[in-house]
Amino acid sequence: MGLTLQSFRSVGDASGALAAADARYLGGGTLVVRAANEGDVSLSTLVRVTDPALGKITVNGRLAHLGASVTMAAVSRHRELDAIAAAARAVGGPAVRNMATVGGNLFAPAPYGDFAVALLALDATVHFADGTQPIEAFLAMRETLSRGRIVTAVSFTLPAPGTFRFLKVSRVKPKGVSVLTIAAVIGQKDGAISSARIALGCVADRPIRAKAAERALAGRPRTAEGIADALAAAGDGTAPITDAIASGWYRAEVLPVHLRRLLLE
Amino acid sequence: MAKVPVQLTLNGSERAEFIDSGQTLLHSLRDRFGDTSPKGGCHQGTCGACSVIVDGELKLSCLTLAETCNGSHVETTAGLASDGILHPLQRAFLDGFAAQCGFCTPGMIMAAKALLARVPNPSREEVIEAISGNICRCTGYEPIIQAVLSAARSNSQNAA
Repeated sequence: MGLTLQSFRSVGDASGALAAADARYLGGGTLVVRAANEGDVSLSTLVRVTDPALGKITVNGRLAHLGASVTMAAVSRHRELDAIAAAARAVGGPAVRNMATVGGNLFAPAPYGDFAVALLALDATVHFADGTQPIEAFLAMRETLSRGRIVTAVSFTLPAPGTFRFLKVSRVKPKGVSVLTIAAVIGQKDGAISSARIALGCVADRPIRAKAAERALAGRPRTAEGIADALAAAGDGTAPITDAIASGWYRAEVLPVHLRRLLLE
Repeated sequence: MAKVPVQLTLNGSERAEFIDSGQTLLHSLRDRFGDTSPKGGCHQGTCGACSVIVDGELKLSCLTLAETCNGSHVETTAGLASDGILHPLQRAFLDGFAAQCGFCTPGMIMAAKALLARVPNPSREEVIEAISGNICRCTGYEPIIQAVLSAARSNSQNAA
């Protein structure tokens, strides 16, 4: 009993092979080869697509389009993606970043998936061969994606300078698994917060938006007093995970602390 | 168990082997290609002991399928010395006592080599970032950091 790799030149050709229950998509391998190494018997076929179009980054004006095979290293080095490079640099270590893909990170279970947290705050769109889906909806249903549906790319509007904030809290630095990951796009106008999107990682089994906190920021100044209500609401709707890195209790305790630091930066 | 052919260039030599389908690059290097320099530590991509350079990029061989390296150039620590002369990184690690048990050493050296290829004169912070994916239980990292900085200095002295 062994693992079989099937390689296809295009997403269309690969979809059929992925329909089998024991087949999984191979991106960079950081999740699925690890699972195979650890004896996951539910997978016996790995399917990959070698189409170079999946590895392309294009930036048209303010719209960024990242192919699903684009690596974290490629994102972190791309001139025009400077605004969000911190999120790509947060994933793993240097070797992991050369392998981990944008597409793969969308499926990473907590405590992984730091880049997906950033994409959620950026309100990204997930692309398939036959259509698109907003990332929030995608994340909510990613396990029930029909067999054979392959993510081909993500796209998002580049955040205006100074609006994107990202923090990965880890016990070991510079590389360590996340205790918490927070990404936020905060717009300000006339001294008040005019728009807020806050995405959290490790406070559920997938990245989620902190909508209560977002609502509590509307129209408030970006000061300690102004954000107090948002901090109090930061944990609404969260169910922080307990794992070897930290307990759910701890994550819940420090969430408002780190959110405060990030918002007041 | 199905076998698949894998042809690659290993440390400058063209090699071809039949390997078990789905085998990792780490296992095929060690068991088929006769190169035991990359080490199997965690097998989950967290320790870095298996680090090798594939087509100029640092990769974790425990998470890489050998079949995906067909046609690639793979570099490991075993290929660094040339005609009995140690690579500057090996010399610096030796002289600086940057290896104790030696298990992390091949991975550390490949991570350092990948850094110096892009950043010939790294800062201390850049060295730390470059080896951040490699765990060492013996040295406390400082001798390793110093060895990489020393190798970079001797490279630039030789180039001058």
